[in-house]
Amino acid sequence: MAVDEVEERLDRAFAALGDPVRRALVARLSRGDATVNELAEPFAITKQAVSRHIQVLEAAGLITRSRDAQRRPCHLNAAALEELTSWIDTYRLRVEQRYRRLDKVLETMKEQEQ
Amino acid sequence: MNETTITAQPGTPFIEVVREFEAPRERVFRAWTDPALVPQWLGPRRLTMKLLAYDASPGGSYRYIHSDDRGEYGFRGVFHNVVRDELIIQTFEYDGAPNQVSLETTTFEDLGGGRTRVHGHSVYLSVEHRDAMITSGMEQGLRESMQRLDEVLAR
Repeated sequence: MAVDEVEERLDRAFAALGDPVRRALVARLSRGDATVNELAEPFAITKQAVSRHIQVLEAAGLITRSRDAQRRPCHLNAAALEELTSWIDTYRLRVEQRYRRLDKVLETMKEQEQ
Repeated sequence: MNETTITAQPGTPFIEVVREFEAPRERVFRAWTDPALVPQWLGPRRLTMKLLAYDASPGGSYRYIHSDDRGEYGFRGVFHNVVRDELIIQTFEYDGAPNQVSLETTTFEDLGGGRTRVHGHSVYLSVEHRDAMITSGMEQGLRESMQRLDEVLAR
């Protein structure tokens, strides 16, 4: 997968977790799957608002929802979350992007030398 | 694709970066030290890089400014020692964190067959300084993402 794609995915995931309600939703889902209704229970916000938060988490790849039309329980994507917990990854991506640009510069230099 | 290996042991003020390049050592060294080539790869892709000074020689100095629509980010330092094709020792300081100077040692290892291994070793003033350095880009990316998210949610 391209570095840009990975970085964009990480950006989306970090952005999604920048909200306290969404972090709480993720924390709840880490204990097991739950429906939107179940997730909305402890919050003093509307079910619609919770649904919107869930959509953001889903778009960020942090949760998935089953096709079960009746309940559509939310499921935490543990792998995506794991990716975020390694704070060094973002630094690595930055360095990697820089060095991939250097790879290209070196190639251009080679062509000019020939 | 050559992998970049980064080592940042918890509780230490060091970052080590090792990367191999498909180019002879002289060329890699030139890309690292030629002011015409440096802006082509150093610095984040989304930012414009303005190189104001880049004298890669013992006692020489460098200064560059990254800019985007939110502002400018200046960096500067001096080259403590530069040994052609072999070694660069330089300081690094971000304008936004004055006097938080780190020391970077870069060595160029000839692997033969037109390949080169570059080894970078950065020493920060404290563990906190190092960790801040590592997470700074992440926070920036996060801020940008938040802005994009705001735009999406505003629709």
